[in-house]
Amino acid sequence: MTQITSPHAHSALSTADVMRQVLLATIPGVFALTLYFGWGNLINILWASLTALACEAMVMKLRGRPVKYYLNDASALVTAVLLGIALPPFAPCWLVVFGSAFAILIVKQLYGGLGYNPFNPAMASYVILLISFPVYMSTWGTPSDLGTLPSFIDTFLWKLSSQTGAVSVIPDGYTMATPLDIVRQNMNGGGLSLSELATQTPQFGHWGGLGWEMVNAGFLFGGVYLMWRRIFTWHAPISMLISLAIMSLIFYDNGSSQSAGSPLFHLFSGATMFAAFFILTDPVSSAVSNRGRMIFGALIGVIIFIVRRWGNYPDAAAFAVLLLNFAAPFIDHYTQPRTYGHKGGDA
Amino acid sequence: MSEIPVTQIDTGTHTQLDVANRKVWPLPGGVHPPENKAQSLQHPIKPMSLPAQLVFPLSQHIGAPALACVNVGDQVLRGQVIAQAKGFVSVPVHASSSGTVVAIEERPIAHASGLHGMCIVVEPDGQHESIEFSPIADYTQCSAEELLDTIRNAGIAGMGGAGFPSAVKLNAKQPIDTLIINATECEPYITADDALIRERSSDVLLGIQILKHIVQPSQEVLIGIEDNKPEAIAQLRAQCTEHDQIHVVVFPTKYPSGGEKQLIKILTGREVPSGGLPADIGIVCQNIGTCEAIKKAVVDGEPLTSRVTTVTGETVSPQNYDIALGTPVSHALAESDYQAQGNQPVIMGGPMMGFALANLDIPVVKTTNCILAPSVTERPPNDIAQACIRCGMCAEACPVSLLPQQLYWFSRSQNNTQLEKHNLFDCIECGACSYSCPSHIPLVQYYRSSKAEIRAEKADQEKSEKAKQRFELRQERLEREEREKEERRKARKEAALKAKASPSKQDVISDAIARTQAKKNNVAQADKSAPAAADSAKALDPAAAAIERAKQKRAEPATEQSPEDTLKTQIATLEKRIAKANDKMAALETSDSTKIDALKSGLALQQQKLDDAKAQLAAISSNAVDSASAPATDEPMDAAQAAIARAQQARAEAGNLSDDEKRAQQLTSIDKRLSAQQAKYDELLSSDPDKAELIKASLDKLQAKKAALLEASS
Repeated sequence: MTQITSPHAHSALSTADVMRQVLLATIPGVFALTLYFGWGNLINILWASLTALACEAMVMKLRGRPVKYYLNDASALVTAVLLGIALPPFAPCWLVVFGSAFAILIVKQLYGGLGYNPFNPAMASYVILLISFPVYMSTWGTPSDLGTLPSFIDTFLWKLSSQTGAVSVIPDGYTMATPLDIVRQNMNGGGLSLSELATQTPQFGHWGGLGWEMVNAGFLFGGVYLMWRRIFTWHAPISMLISLAIMSLIFYDNGSSQSAGSPLFHLFSGATMFAAFFILTDPVSSAVSNRGRMIFGALIGVIIFIVRRWGNYPDAAAFAVLLLNFAAPFIDHYTQPRTYGHKGGDA
Repeated sequence: MSEIPVTQIDTGTHTQLDVANRKVWPLPGGVHPPENKAQSLQHPIKPMSLPAQLVFPLSQHIGAPALACVNVGDQVLRGQVIAQAKGFVSVPVHASSSGTVVAIEERPIAHASGLHGMCIVVEPDGQHESIEFSPIADYTQCSAEELLDTIRNAGIAGMGGAGFPSAVKLNAKQPIDTLIINATECEPYITADDALIRERSSDVLLGIQILKHIVQPSQEVLIGIEDNKPEAIAQLRAQCTEHDQIHVVVFPTKYPSGGEKQLIKILTGREVPSGGLPADIGIVCQNIGTCEAIKKAVVDGEPLTSRVTTVTGETVSPQNYDIALGTPVSHALAESDYQAQGNQPVIMGGPMMGFALANLDIPVVKTTNCILAPSVTERPPNDIAQACIRCGMCAEACPVSLLPQQLYWFSRSQNNTQLEKHNLFDCIECGACSYSCPSHIPLVQYYRSSKAEIRAEKADQEKSEKAKQRFELRQERLEREEREKEERRKARKEAALKAKASPSKQDVISDAIARTQAKKNNVAQADKSAPAAADSAKALDPAAAAIERAKQKRAEPATEQSPEDTLKTQIATLEKRIAKANDKMAALETSDSTKIDALKSGLALQQQKLDDAKAQLAAISSNAVDSASAPATDEPMDAAQAAIARAQQARAEAGNLSDDEKRAQQLTSIDKRLSAQQAKYDELLSSDPDKAELIKASLDKLQAKKAALLEASS
């Protein structure tokens, strides 16, 4: 007879299930990425996943843990897929491998493995790459509507042959500035109003960047699915989207040459939806209470806008998330929920 | 990718629900585990056969265990008290069938930690004979106290699981506005209350009426029930139409709505303050099974000897039984065609809050609402806990809005301060967090162990605090005693100083002291002044004599004698002198009777000196402890000082006597001497007129002295 304490029942959900759900939810976004920007991101995901699994297995072996059991929780895979999505489609494969290894070995395992990392591994790794290899990291592909996409084989070989010293072996026509870059350049002396910019620049789509709006819509779809499955609550992502929308509305400036872009443009450009539903929702490194997560998300939205508007980097989600990862324990301290039978305010 | 089931967590974010026209408040958090209630409701409640042995633990309730009042070998009847309640928060235990007491011993009892406890074991004789019950014909004519006594004497303790003595709970001192009857039964599998309501709703309602009569709630009686029991709801509603102020309130099924505090929130929107009781907000809560037991106790006069218990799970034929208390679980399982499956635990209570039994001989007790014998597929062995990813599903499930993921981290790091700050002690251990944790972390287990640890720590602190207080009080007492002693000493000294001011022979003493002081400063002068002081001291009281001796001692620092030795030699000399004088007197008596008077007075003086010296010696010996510890005895100088102090003390004591008292003393001593002399004179007058003449002279002297004294005192 075994002596076990209650409860003796358990919901069917497991951590591995949570991770698999997240992976499942990335499919629409990744599909849109592939459709508009070619095979590059899929190849990123492939390399990142292989590296992440190898690194995770190696660390588990070093730590004397059952390798298969821990690989099965799919957390390393999630990190790899998220990094693969975030990296530019024509990033050389060594960059992807380096980033993925850094995320798993340094950002995750050196801190103690799953559940112990104070920073989002994919985003910390992204920032390291962005600072170390700015050229590769800020070169984004041309949307399919504006040219022909290279074949899978071509992309694969180009990414493989890219050397550290060389700028890029990707032919010029395949890369292009993103709409966020264009808006920022315009603010710094372009002198065009937003509507002029939209008509004169091919990269703009219906309400965001061409291709980008579909990619964001894909991640939004995946995110809504995860919320519906109660994998995470709405608090962090929705707060971030709202605060980003409010910030861009404040600085919309009626679409003048000094406008940073419309709220809709910001919501459907760059990594907005991806960050909201797949990065902020990493529970390990975010705040814990629902109120805390609202603050966490809202502040990320604000920082994303600040960096997009006044900063020098193409996008800001990674920086914003890392900064708020730092602040998460602080937020937790002040957002303890009111327990039953306790009076008034929280903490 | 395989489809996985949607996690069954209710966030409770929906606003107030309106079921059957009565507002209920949503419960935050909560989970929806599979109900598994239908299995055990297929057949009506069935009476269970009697086992070979009935085991009655003396502690089946919260509070002091009952006290056995039968002996091994005694014959008992059903309903007979076999253990008396011990104290206020306690209830008696009754035999649930007739038979013989075969043992009173330690047996494993129904406890989460598999504890053993004192049990009375009865071997039923199969007659199932009862004692004579004394029903109450009309409870409405009874006072609340009488009914509470009946309930206590019937051994009724909360039958929903906690087992708190019902009479104590019903005897709230606070004014009560709402009586809540808990028919929620939110735990999966359990249907005991459901079946009870379905089959005995009129009894249940009668019990509720009695409770209402006892508690007299100023507002209403609410029967809270989940919407997954339509038949029971219909039964209750049918019964309630005739009763005013009793409302059946139906609310959505969600675990743990049946927790007392949770039910109060759902039904009234009020929250029991942390650490408080429902009575603090004017609410009393009772389980519906308890209501039926109360009806039986009051209307039928029958104590609590059986209860409805669900025996369920895939390894038995699920069924609700009317089961005699004390029936071993093994018997209940055997009667339900139990097919043991490997190491599968048998659980007493529900799957969410019940505990795995360490032993199947554990008996069914007053709080046993369910025996769950799950199959391996029903209750898979525990998975290895994975890392906490702080996903927050536990926080979403927590019905009291704790942050279980944080509590888990703090529990692991034994951060008790943070645990308490995060309200660990508000955790009701419902298990919703553990249930929903995707990493399969046994969260509640961590909380239980942390709670126990903090409790133990607090008990330790309290203990050491008490020890500290004891020590401090002792120190304080010792200091106070010392202080009082010192004050007494001072008071005596002051009194002595005051006495010095009065113009009596005390002046001489003070002079002597002053001289002593002077001598202390100038030892060289000691030789000259010592005799003078000695002269004056001669006529004085013993204190002055002592001072005198001390001074002498001080004047002769070379003689390294303790004051004791000095006194001893003095006594020896005096005794020698007295002996000599006596011899001389005897000789004179025959030859020269004229000298005899002078000799006698000298002898008296010597005798007085001797007495003084002896008294001094006695005083010194009695102060032996002081002298031994005081460094004064180490050096003669200091010894002299000590002697001075003692003398001063003696003088101070003398100073305490008023002049009149002193005169009275003198007077009595003179009277004594006078009468002695008078007797002698009368005797001699006839035999030796010459001697008589001499005595007459001293007699006259004494009478003159007496007259002088009388004059002084008047």
